[in-house]
Amino acid sequence: MSAITSEHDDHAHDHKPSGIKRWLFTTNHKDIGSMYLIFALLMFFIGGAMAMVIRLELFQPGMQFVEPQFFNQMTTVHGLIMVFGAVMPAFTGLANWMIPIMIGAPDMALPRMNNWSFWILPFAFLILILSLFMPGGGPDFGWTFYAPLSTTYSNDSTALFVFAVHIMGISSIMGAINVIVTIWNMRAPGMTWMKMPLFVWTWFITAFLLIMVMPVLATVVTMVLTDKYFGTSFFDAAGGGDPVLFQHIFWFFGHPEVYIMILPAFGIVSAIIPTFARKRLFGYASMVYATASIAILSFLVWAHHMFTTGMPVFATLFFMYATMLIAVPTGVKVFNWVATMWRGAMTFEVPMMFALAFIVLFTIGGFSGLMLAITPADFQYHDTYFVVAHFHYVLVTGAVFSIIAAAYYWLPKWTGYMYDERLGQLHFWCSLISVNLLFFPMHFVGLAGMPRRIPDYALQFADFNAFISVGGFLFGLSQLIFVWVVVKCARGGEKATAQVWEGAEGLEWEIPSPAPYHTFDTPPVIK
Amino acid sequence: MTNARCLVWSLPTLLFAASATASTSMPLNMTKGVTEISQQVYQLHMTIFWICCVIGAVVFGIMFWSIIRHRKARGVQPASFHESTKIEILWTAIPIVILIGMAIPATKTLIAMEDTTAADVTVLVTGSQWKWHYKYLEHDVEYFSLLATPREQIANKLAKGENYLLEVDRPLVIPTGKKVRFLMTSDDVIHSWWVPAFAIKKDANPGFINEAWTRVDHPGIYRGQCAELCGKDHGFMPIVVIAKDPADYQAWIVQEETRIAAAKAAERELLAMNMSMQELMSTGERVYQGWCVACHQATGGGLPGIFPAIKGSQLVLTDRAAHIDIIVNGKPGTAMQAFGRQLSLKELAAVITYTRNAFDNNTGDTVQAADVFAVQQGKGE
Repeated sequence: MSAITSEHDDHAHDHKPSGIKRWLFTTNHKDIGSMYLIFALLMFFIGGAMAMVIRLELFQPGMQFVEPQFFNQMTTVHGLIMVFGAVMPAFTGLANWMIPIMIGAPDMALPRMNNWSFWILPFAFLILILSLFMPGGGPDFGWTFYAPLSTTYSNDSTALFVFAVHIMGISSIMGAINVIVTIWNMRAPGMTWMKMPLFVWTWFITAFLLIMVMPVLATVVTMVLTDKYFGTSFFDAAGGGDPVLFQHIFWFFGHPEVYIMILPAFGIVSAIIPTFARKRLFGYASMVYATASIAILSFLVWAHHMFTTGMPVFATLFFMYATMLIAVPTGVKVFNWVATMWRGAMTFEVPMMFALAFIVLFTIGGFSGLMLAITPADFQYHDTYFVVAHFHYVLVTGAVFSIIAAAYYWLPKWTGYMYDERLGQLHFWCSLISVNLLFFPMHFVGLAGMPRRIPDYALQFADFNAFISVGGFLFGLSQLIFVWVVVKCARGGEKATAQVWEGAEGLEWEIPSPAPYHTFDTPPVIK
Repeated sequence: MTNARCLVWSLPTLLFAASATASTSMPLNMTKGVTEISQQVYQLHMTIFWICCVIGAVVFGIMFWSIIRHRKARGVQPASFHESTKIEILWTAIPIVILIGMAIPATKTLIAMEDTTAADVTVLVTGSQWKWHYKYLEHDVEYFSLLATPREQIANKLAKGENYLLEVDRPLVIPTGKKVRFLMTSDDVIHSWWVPAFAIKKDANPGFINEAWTRVDHPGIYRGQCAELCGKDHGFMPIVVIAKDPADYQAWIVQEETRIAAAKAAERELLAMNMSMQELMSTGERVYQGWCVACHQATGGGLPGIFPAIKGSQLVLTDRAAHIDIIVNGKPGTAMQAFGRQLSLKELAAVITYTRNAFDNNTGDTVQAADVFAVQQGKGE
């Protein structure tokens, strides 16, 4: 392999066009990674603005600002944008930027497909967002689009929703293929499987999950499309179908999807904790096996989203046990991180702060997940704010915090400058406090009996909802600090060294900062 | 810095305390409920909650101890250990044991919850956008249960009542001390019938029947809501259950049977009568506010793109027969329900007359019970 690559060392020249053409036609993994990340940040703010509308309406009982129909569109599109527009593209962006560098490859294996998989995304979200302006509005059946609410009873924009989801799915599948092919074929000589950084491992497993479940999502949206427009009856009992079938198919995609959004986060935290503890990751091999176990189990637990649909009791028991079992490999991960910190020599720069917050808050989300697994109790939690609190702890203080941690961790490598540590710390503390004001009280509101996805509520929930809304506005505002930090860092500042962080290890820290446009034209030597 | 970190640690506690003082009426925990099952569910909830708390205290305790002690600022040198098969097996095994301990009581409760046999009373619960229908299978008693909170309260034009959004016109009534079985289904989308005090949450799926049961020990009023997103007014379809002791329940059943029988008799008489425009319009307005306003709106303008306008509708203005038909039989494949099965002849006649004459439609004609009856019998104009 090394013999082949060394014949092509004229690649060092940057043949990139300037201006918009550079970004439209680029096949460079760093450019594409940057575009994914910027796109994800933009979507994070658009989806966040919708969350602000939701919290504004819920600030007080009674209908004040929006109609129930529009409220439902906001909850739906907020969910779709955050899942498919913010979290997933952000992880894909990180994968594009870091995986080739981490394994000593010159680029992704399929660079043109890489360009295509990014550039179809903005159109998907343009279609989705513009559908909100149609007569009758955009999708309003929840991001889970349960039939028959999304078929017989949905509005005319449903076809656009289906089309947008198809494009997002195609983009994800292409991204996943690229990750697998790159990791499988383009590791530098000596970069054996069990030497790969955990971020590469977790993404490798995530990519397999994506390839397996995105076609299932495509299937189920297509069935929705034909049920609505072409007279099929997949989900209509009157024609011999079954509305619960929809939920089985959706969650067969949906549960692995949840892990798609958290496994790369595990990889990021497993990179950051050792760096700032100045100590090797504890239990590398068990981390890899735990990731794989979680991925396999993720295919066996989908119906825990459906305990109230009236399944046979033995099916319910199976899904309860399988779900509880997931706590084991997830626990192993948390224990490994704590053991990595144990007797290290820690410093607390911003990436470390977000990673530490991730461990604590993600674990809280894991605890509520374990509670939700207990089926009899789930009957009380299901479809309440307890669930809303649960999945925002794992997705916001889990996935999003890990993405922010990753951004701080690698920003100096991307831009060549150190970010402003004081501003970063301000961003961290504002985010940490406001996110808990926002999501922690939701546990209590849910236990007290407030259903999710309602635009108005009984008076007993009023004080808590006002409190939650204030937390939400503060969390939204706190993220503006992040934009400020990133922009400031991109424009200049203290020069970053190649090593950047004292305790950092790995190939990305052996190349200069900023990373040159082309890296590893000649494969590095892996020790 | 240590202080700052202590703050993080105590944040959930602070929040808990702050939120506890913020509200006087909202419980901070799951209800214990009023049935044996709901108390078992509460116990399961508390057990798993405390297990999580203990694990959390241990793990986060070790983590924060490490954060305080093993910091570079204290001049420590990092250790070099990075694996230990023994400890890794240990922290895989211990959680498995805890989980098995948790699974056993959960399984027992679940199996008890699913045992719907040997019920004393059976009620068929049917959800539709956005109301519940209750039918007592052993008696000739069935009725719809609609949100009773006035629209003005929702629109903040009137002060909100004590049971804002959790009140209905006709609550479900069940006997205490008896096993009551619920059969759940739906006429349109998926709804979910949830009464926290009974620990029952069961989806109402169109075309299928789900089962649940309860045995309530104490008379009382218990409130719940639809828990599955079911469209625009998902937040506005509450559930109220009144548990009465068996004698009161029996008396109520008899009273309801008499009421419903009397209403049916009045219906038959009505066929031969002509109601005045004034009577039809005033009844029709009341029916419209209860049954139609959610979609077609107070102005009759509907919501463009979803719910058609009645104001100026060509169907209303030009085709009287089609107007009666769409209200009696609905429009399949849309949210327009067949109200012929939901409203009385008088109410149907009134609401059709009302929509023909309100909102500047001014057709000037009335629709009588007999006209509606003819359409119901398939012999329309």
